[in-house]
Amino acid sequence: MIDLTTEYLGLKLKSPLVVSSSPLTESTESIQRLEAAGAAAVVLPSIFEEQLSLESNALDSDLSRGTDSFAESMTYFPAYESYRQGQDAYLSHLRRTKSVAGIPVLASLNGATAGGWVTFAKEIEQAGADALELNTYALPTDPRITGAEIEDGIVDLVRLVKQNTTIPIAVKLTPRFTSIPNFAAKLDRAGIQGIVLFNRFYQPDFDIENLSVVPRLTLSRPEELLLRLHWAAILYGDLNADIAITGGVHSAEDVLKAIMVGGQVAMMASVLLLHGIPELVIIQSKLLRWMEEHEYQSIRQMRGSLSRRSVADVSPFERGNYIKTLSSYTLRKTA
Amino acid sequence: MSEQETAILDGNESCARVAYRLSQVITIYPITPSSTMAEWADQWQSEGRKNIWGTVPVVAEMQSEGGAAGAMHGALQAGAFSTTFTASQGLLLMIPNMFKIAGELTSNVIHVTARAVATHALSIFGDHSDIMACRSTGYAMLSSASVQEAADLALVSHVATLESRVPFLHFFDGFRTSHEVNKALTISDETINAMLDEKHVLAHRQRALSSDNPILRGSAQNPDVFFQARETCTPFYLACPTIVQDAMDRFAAETGRAYHLFDYVGAPDADRVVVLMGSAAGAVEETIEHLNAQGEKIGLLKVRLYRPFASEAFLAALPRTVKSIAVLDRCKEPTGLGEPLYQDVITAFSEAFSSGTSPIAVQPRIIGGRYGLSSKEFTPAMAKGVFDELKKPQLKNRFTIGINDDVTHSSLDYHPEFSTEDPKTVRALFYGLGADGTVGANKNSIKIIGSETPNFAQGYFVYDSRKSGSVTTSHLRFGPNPIRSTYLISNANFVACHQFSFLERMDILEHAAPGAVFLLNSPYGPEEIWNHLPKTTQETILKKKLQFYVIDGYTVARETGMGNRLNTIMQTCFFAISGVLPSDEAIAQIKKSIKKTYGKRGDAVVQKNFAAVDAAVAALHKVTLPEKATATFDLLPMLPKEAPAFVYNVLGMMAAGKGDQLPVSALPAGGTFPTGTAKWEKRNIAQTIPVWDKDLCIQCGKCVLVCPHAVIRAKVYDSSLLANAPETFKSAKPKWKGMDQELYTLQVAPEDCTGCSLCVEICPAKSKSEAKHKAINMELQAPLRAPEALNWSFFESIPTVNRDRLSHTQVKDIQLLEPLFEFSGACSGCGETPYIKLLTQLFGDRLYIANATGCSSIYGGNLPTTPYTKNGSGRGPTWSNSLFEDNAEFGFGMRLALDQQKEYADDLLKRLAPTVGDDLVTAILTASQSKECEIEAQRKRVLTLRSKLAGVDSLEARALLTVADSLVRKSVWVLGGDGWAYDIGFGGLDHVLGSGKNVKVLVLDTETYSNTGGQMSKSTPRGAVAKFAEGGKPNSKKDIAMEAVAYGSVYVARVAMGSSDMQTVKAFQEAEAYDGPALILAYSHCIAHGYDLTYGMDQQKNAVLSGYWPLMRYNPMLRTEGKNPFQLDSKAPSIPLKEYAYHEARYTMLTRSRPEVAKHLLQEAQDDVERTWRVYSGRAAMAGRSETPHIAPPEREGAVAPLGAGGGDE
Repeated sequence: MIDLTTEYLGLKLKSPLVVSSSPLTESTESIQRLEAAGAAAVVLPSIFEEQLSLESNALDSDLSRGTDSFAESMTYFPAYESYRQGQDAYLSHLRRTKSVAGIPVLASLNGATAGGWVTFAKEIEQAGADALELNTYALPTDPRITGAEIEDGIVDLVRLVKQNTTIPIAVKLTPRFTSIPNFAAKLDRAGIQGIVLFNRFYQPDFDIENLSVVPRLTLSRPEELLLRLHWAAILYGDLNADIAITGGVHSAEDVLKAIMVGGQVAMMASVLLLHGIPELVIIQSKLLRWMEEHEYQSIRQMRGSLSRRSVADVSPFERGNYIKTLSSYTLRKTA
Repeated sequence: MSEQETAILDGNESCARVAYRLSQVITIYPITPSSTMAEWADQWQSEGRKNIWGTVPVVAEMQSEGGAAGAMHGALQAGAFSTTFTASQGLLLMIPNMFKIAGELTSNVIHVTARAVATHALSIFGDHSDIMACRSTGYAMLSSASVQEAADLALVSHVATLESRVPFLHFFDGFRTSHEVNKALTISDETINAMLDEKHVLAHRQRALSSDNPILRGSAQNPDVFFQARETCTPFYLACPTIVQDAMDRFAAETGRAYHLFDYVGAPDADRVVVLMGSAAGAVEETIEHLNAQGEKIGLLKVRLYRPFASEAFLAALPRTVKSIAVLDRCKEPTGLGEPLYQDVITAFSEAFSSGTSPIAVQPRIIGGRYGLSSKEFTPAMAKGVFDELKKPQLKNRFTIGINDDVTHSSLDYHPEFSTEDPKTVRALFYGLGADGTVGANKNSIKIIGSETPNFAQGYFVYDSRKSGSVTTSHLRFGPNPIRSTYLISNANFVACHQFSFLERMDILEHAAPGAVFLLNSPYGPEEIWNHLPKTTQETILKKKLQFYVIDGYTVARETGMGNRLNTIMQTCFFAISGVLPSDEAIAQIKKSIKKTYGKRGDAVVQKNFAAVDAAVAALHKVTLPEKATATFDLLPMLPKEAPAFVYNVLGMMAAGKGDQLPVSALPAGGTFPTGTAKWEKRNIAQTIPVWDKDLCIQCGKCVLVCPHAVIRAKVYDSSLLANAPETFKSAKPKWKGMDQELYTLQVAPEDCTGCSLCVEICPAKSKSEAKHKAINMELQAPLRAPEALNWSFFESIPTVNRDRLSHTQVKDIQLLEPLFEFSGACSGCGETPYIKLLTQLFGDRLYIANATGCSSIYGGNLPTTPYTKNGSGRGPTWSNSLFEDNAEFGFGMRLALDQQKEYADDLLKRLAPTVGDDLVTAILTASQSKECEIEAQRKRVLTLRSKLAGVDSLEARALLTVADSLVRKSVWVLGGDGWAYDIGFGGLDHVLGSGKNVKVLVLDTETYSNTGGQMSKSTPRGAVAKFAEGGKPNSKKDIAMEAVAYGSVYVARVAMGSSDMQTVKAFQEAEAYDGPALILAYSHCIAHGYDLTYGMDQQKNAVLSGYWPLMRYNPMLRTEGKNPFQLDSKAPSIPLKEYAYHEARYTMLTRSRPEVAKHLLQEAQDDVERTWRVYSGRAAMAGRSETPHIAPPEREGAVAPLGAGGGDE
């Protein structure tokens, strides 16, 4: 019997197949289907720092607009006793999911600055989340802000969230830090239980007909995985925190690679959005078949086997890979 | 005695809290000022609040007040306790049912916020003309005079009706009581239960119709018995006053608050007494206390139970010593021997003296007078004027008080400076702008002071009649004694001006008391402010020795994320310097109240308000006053001196808030006013205005088309005109064929713009080097005001382009057609007004408008000014409003009259042919007038006719001169909102559409009763939240387009300017061209949809893209050509409904309250879209008559085939 179990953030998981924050985890019904298809854990969609204040302010504007201006219409909407807001909906989704799901449920908060919204982490904990993934998606546009300031800001944020909660915290990073190992170590010291490599950088598109900039969402592609594997392989062994791989995991082979470079789990979303939830069943069966064919007994057995510290030649992780790649390209060209 | 809690509430809530608990079926319909009671009932129902019998009442909105009364009548007959809330025209619509309900001796209470009935004008304000119109219905009438009484006497009414079987009309003064916020004791369930006698409750149910014990009620009777049967009710009416007094006595035992059928206050040995009912009692009572303390002997008899009028109780309540009586009526009955209450009093005395039963030995002198019509102020000074009159040897009867009647000299003199204000009461006046939160903040302050301190508190709020940039005045009183001052503050200890711009034209400090505190929101700090104040203001500050404070509230608001909302900031300043509460305590209370008010809107809102409180204290500065006034400028007149005399002298006074000072002679008898007056009011309400980039502009005209306020205009003109142009006047080469030798200018009226920025949003021309820069861009108004005002003035002097040169179906050309609807006071960014403006651009010079009551009648016809105007020839839309319910019929009548006049004129013309010449007669009678140039030619012929007739001395010639204009084609357009078209006026609309007459109908469809604050209509879409549809409207919107299409003979179009301006223009043109009825349903974005109206046109586009609002035209003319008349002008849905709907709070609110319901309704609404699309696209795809073989069965041999038989669907 092949053992697929793994641990992530102190949680025992039946396999490394985790569904990442995505529209798939927006409804409890869909999460139940994911669980049935083999998901070992799910990460709920992110609730955004901005969303909390934006919603609050938007509601305030909507209810105030045009009021008390004219004798016949002092208001335009009925006054409710209370208004369910984004966070209320989030918490009730979390509670409902927890009440029916047999697998761990991770909440996700997306923010880049310390603020009142951080206290929301406590409510997430109280609503029963097994862990919290903190998505620190910072986009510096101000030339006066240094890289160090951004890193310090995120570390402060992590500390603040930790102060408000006792559940495990994972931090999802962007790959755009000058020294990922250094920054990961800082976060590790701040007490995080997991590091998620990486979130995806959504670039807006440019509409040349209408002269406007439009948001654009694209699904991940398998080739994005290599960046994640590269850094996981380097970080593996140096951190107390668990490593999760997300972005570009599209097949059983990708899952195997994720584990072999040192990941505790491999997170998926795009592949399931593309091919449907049953794809998860296929990935798991292929995973088992591969392990069977290659006579692996457990996931644990292979973890980190291809990490930087486990391979004979570390040059591919360093400048050597760069040189090699370029020269092989040149060779191909001349041939 | 039951335990009683105090609450801060207004009269409407006070009354509704009682009525709700004593009802099982509540039928409602919105009408100001009663709508709030219905809104409360609807809200409590949706929250599951129970009545006294433990069930949740059913609250049902009907299609009209007539419907509400009918449904209530039915509910009563079937045994339920049923009520309704209404006022004014609404109450009038209930009268037929009221006769029935009373005739059937049915226990029922109608709660009425007494309001003026429309006569020479509509008025939403309070008086007793609606109540008086119901005198003969058989309803008992009980009057409440305060917020407290609105609850107390509501309960007495409900109890007394059950015992007496006489239905009750319980009323209190619209606005003065219905909207006054005061501290009142609430009535507990225990009190209600103690007051109710179970046996009467059971008896009411037992009288109900029942198939288990069948009865017949409502028979028709003949002369033999009707009379006798009518008399059977008499004993019930005779018993009624005793029952009411008994209920009042039991109420007193329960609550300690004693009432009588007539309550006398004042000197027990008074020689002069005023008799009145309603809120004015407060002002009179204050006057009496004040004057009696000075040795006078006067009194007031407050009428509680007006009907049945209990003469004995009335006479018994008067002091025996009374020598003269003034009866004050809050209404006018022009044909009577005096107003109703006066006549009742006279009758009571006359009967008592003739029967020898008068308790008063000597017949007092009795006069009657009118006061307070349409919420006209009634002050202690006026009350004193009446008491003073009663001293005179000769009394003026049928007097008026509070106005200057210089026509029939009915008015009494009084000294306005007389005041009875309690010195312990703090009086505060706040001048704010509608959108800045001033009123909300003041309501909040009253709550804080009224509930957190032992003080009493009162708030009353006055609004002007504009929906954008309106001035709000808050009148607040606080003090240790109960506050019953039912009049505005004229001697304030505290005056706050929340908008610096008000100082330019308004004498803000007119009502400041000596030594008062003056708080000003000013962009100028304590050091510089003095030099920015007008001379009058400076002088008043010095003369009255005011304590002057400034705060830059808008900067604080901006920095703390409050945007344009000053509420928290100015409220903090008020507490910081008024001394009503210790500062620290006040700030703690403000924060507590912020948490309570905004907590449910989320933490971010709470936090920004907290930040605003803290920042406000830091930014508040006291101004050190200089020795003397140094200003070199003074207050500007409200309207410019160049305005016509009537506009300047009369409308100008109204605009300046001094309309109260106008004498009777200043006002036109019959209520006729000139048009073209809005242009004189330069309101300067925009912070930013659009600025034209002439090089980037493609001259498409879209900005001109969508501008709701007609402040962006375009002209093409001869370049020689530019010689005298101001320095910054811009022009460009016109992008029209054949006009390239001329010049084009797009000009903004800087002082009329409301800053909505719809124009910028719609502008398609972006800079190639900086995408955010368009051909039109918003910039700060202040620095542009002076130069652009000059430019505007110059622009106005340029002649408009000859209409013949333009295509009236092209948006690009339409921008050059002069709008005859400009600068309305509609909401900034209004979605309705662009359609009306377009209508006036296309057909304005021959336009008759029948306007249903609603937003469009308010921004169209609420004084002081009107946006409807005239062109250079003096022609323009002529406009009138009849009622809410009858508008289609009203327009239909106009059409009939015009047709009749035309026929008469034709006939006269023929008869006068020998005089005016056969050629002219023939030319006039046979003229085609389908094109504008043909209409213009006909006008010229009529001009010739007029000149020929001028010297003819015959009856026929004179008669023809009065109707000659009818020989030129006229257009009758019926305008109104969806509340009118879908609900209250639908029967009439349907009839008029079915009449085949040439009447055009433009429905400005906002999908809600916008004017009364967003109540559900049958146009409200499924899933949208509205008042009366708290839980989201469960049913789909009614498709009146297809209902009209069903006639086959009605031109029908659904348009949305933001989606296709071309289609809109086409529909208007086709509707006008069709010689028959037409219906255009115009999607109108609205403030009641809950989003920033800047994006209104974008939302219109989304409405069409989602398929929610398919664009269609049904043109019966096409049928005669054998084509399918049904044309679909928009494409199949390309975005889900959610992508349109969820931009609007009316939809998203439901996701915040009932997410599961929201999801379900969204799904159903999406299904509606698809269902509609299938129907519309199917209809559009049908073959026309000429394209289809015969469908009808073959004719039997020998039968004659009717013309046009066979063919397809059409």
